[in-house]
Amino acid sequence: MRVALFITCVNDTLFPGTGRAVVTLLRRLGCDVEFPRAQTCCGQMHVNTGYPEEGRRLARHFVDVFAEYDAVVAPSGSCAAMVREQYPRLARTPAAAGAPAGEGPPPGSFAAEVAETVPKVYELSEFLVDVLGVTDVGAYFPHRVTYHPTCHSLRGLHLEDRPTRLLEQVRGLELVPLPGADECCGFGGTFALKNPAISAAMCADKVHNVTTTGAEVLCAADNSCLMHIGGTLVRQRAGVRIMHLAEILAATESGDDRTVRG
Amino acid sequence: MNGDATFLGMPAFPANAAVAVRDSQLRYNLRKATHTIRGKRAAAVGELPDWAELRRAGKEIKDHTLRNLERYLVRMEEAVTAAGGHVHWAADAAEANRIVADLVKATGETSVVKVKSMATQEIGLNEALELEGITAYETDLAELIVQLGDDRPSHILVPAIHRNRAEIREIFRERMADWGRAAPEDLTDDPRALAEAARLHLRERFLSTRVAISGANFMIADTGTLVVLESEGNGRMCLTLPETLISVVGIEKLLPSWQDLEVFLQLLPRSSTGERMNPYTSTWTGAVEGQEFHLVLLDNGRTNVLADEIGRQALRCIRCSACLNVCPVYERAGGHAYGSVYPGPIGAILTPQLRGTASKLDASLPYASTLCGACFDACPVAIDIPEVLVHLRGKVRHARVERLGMRAAGWVFNRPARLARAQRLGGRLRRFVPGRLPGPLSAWTDTRDIPDIPPESFRDWWDRTDGGVQ
Ligand code: SF4
Repeated sequence: MRVALFITCVNDTLFPGTGRAVVTLLRRLGCDVEFPRAQTCCGQMHVNTGYPEEGRRLARHFVDVFAEYDAVVAPSGSCAAMVREQYPRLARTPAAAGAPAGEGPPPGSFAAEVAETVPKVYELSEFLVDVLGVTDVGAYFPHRVTYHPTCHSLRGLHLEDRPTRLLEQVRGLELVPLPGADECCGFGGTFALKNPAISAAMCADKVHNVTTTGAEVLCAADNSCLMHIGGTLVRQRAGVRIMHLAEILAATESGDDRTVRG
Repeated sequence: MNGDATFLGMPAFPANAAVAVRDSQLRYNLRKATHTIRGKRAAAVGELPDWAELRRAGKEIKDHTLRNLERYLVRMEEAVTAAGGHVHWAADAAEANRIVADLVKATGETSVVKVKSMATQEIGLNEALELEGITAYETDLAELIVQLGDDRPSHILVPAIHRNRAEIREIFRERMADWGRAAPEDLTDDPRALAEAARLHLRERFLSTRVAISGANFMIADTGTLVVLESEGNGRMCLTLPETLISVVGIEKLLPSWQDLEVFLQLLPRSSTGERMNPYTSTWTGAVEGQEFHLVLLDNGRTNVLADEIGRQALRCIRCSACLNVCPVYERAGGHAYGSVYPGPIGAILTPQLRGTASKLDASLPYASTLCGACFDACPVAIDIPEVLVHLRGKVRHARVERLGMRAAGWVFNRPARLARAQRLGGRLRRFVPGRLPGPLSAWTDTRDIPDIPPESFRDWWDRTDGGVQ
């Protein structure tokens, strides 16, 4: 099975440690992951801000880069949801939209290529639990952790308890429930810039809920939301650090996750 | 164009919302009210094992009706006429207001009682009637509070959700006498006392007014029947006591048959008030002996919405307000920020479609959401509100600086080599990035720190170490 890592532009640029953690983790589980150098961005920011043409170009590029792989792993709930939910819509031509239900897209069309590639794209916890069939990844992380499910992982991908099942198997880790976990943190991509007052008000409540858990670490499967909540935690000197799910799952007692910490 | 004068000229959503989030009383009222009703809805929906099937049935019935709207509208008109009612067609707000004003004038009356109705608020009927010398009296308790307080509704189901008991007592004490029977001198803020004051005030009105105006939750094409669901019984009074009844109903409210209604009588109360069944369901067909009935079928932009393949799903809406009650943005911004009688997630997709996006406010509405998807999950007719929001964002005019930024980002993302060069540049300049960013980016650093920019991107690490092997 040829497995590709879709690192996502945010992780590639701002959170390379998350990418190194995914590589470490998957290798430890016997999965040799490739990194197709031509990849860039899934187009989520463009599409969700109202620039579908640019988004379609990036979707086209994504499909060209990843079509040849058997599985594509993305350590980001919102990017995986972008591909799964929005690519079929972006690829739908007006003619295809009017076609009777049940008929697939015409062969050779972009819509057909999207239909081929999209089911092979997995968010990290889906890949671990559903494809590799593991929940105990051999990790050791002796800290008090709370988990924020993030909207696109929760309501878009329906990850359900996959991430927490993985966390529960981590030795030494104390998982504490987050009150109001299913409520949005207020990031919403460019929403954070276009509606900063509401975004900050939502994050204030999220941060309050995080600190009441007494956790040292706030974990999520999406660094975009974590960047927003984490930026607020740092500004408030709250003393809670953020970690991507992959970084916790990559950690071991022997410390062979050195690459993660860089 | 919409004749809703009270909302015109409002600034864009972000500015309205920025004011609202500072109002601690409003925040408290909204949080308390939305969380209470959210819990009730979750319980009422959760106890039905076949909720998913009901929801799918609701969606499919609405879609079928909308696809065959012309046929069902004609059937509705024939059935109402056969039952002794009169049907009028209104293309826009002005025409609907004209029709209603003329009908009221023909009775010789100068006042009307009103059943809570979104359609008549959408067209600004009360204001239009006032210009013709006709006073419209709201009889729904919450609408009464809004009317007495010279206020605007901020929620579909609970228009005065932004008010608390103490504020309502003040409004009753100060304003009730101007509109009819005064509130008792010793009025307290006990809910029962407030309801009693409203009851006595309204009772006089019901018994002395001869024309009523309503909307409808549903219209049944087969028999020409209109249906109103309510909690207080004031609607039942308006629908039965007066001699003339005028109902203004959006054309999308149609259902083919009574069998279809059965599905919605389950979906609506559970989604809306979190009750298994609402206290009053009134149905009427045409006119009874001694009474006159007029149905005004309202388009006002709906056929344009119907023409939009993705946007048209908004017409499935049954105005339950479940999406408002679960929306984290609505909970903090309040309904007034949306500048329309339709607030919250449904307003963010309906208003820009009905009114267009020419004004700054209307163009900002599709962005009044984080796309968190809570509304879609709660919607009893499965309107994919995030999908429509994204679709509408693609149609509004963007600011120049944003267009340039997005084009530049697209240019970088189009070639991996460009992305790598941009990352290296960022890595080199990382120490010079200020803690507070300038321009539009200051919106980020006003309340949040920016993450440390790493010296090396993931792709450069991969190249340097051959994927961590070296
Ligand atoms: S959009 Fe759905 S949830 Fe919102 S008011 Fe309409 S029917 Fe209810």
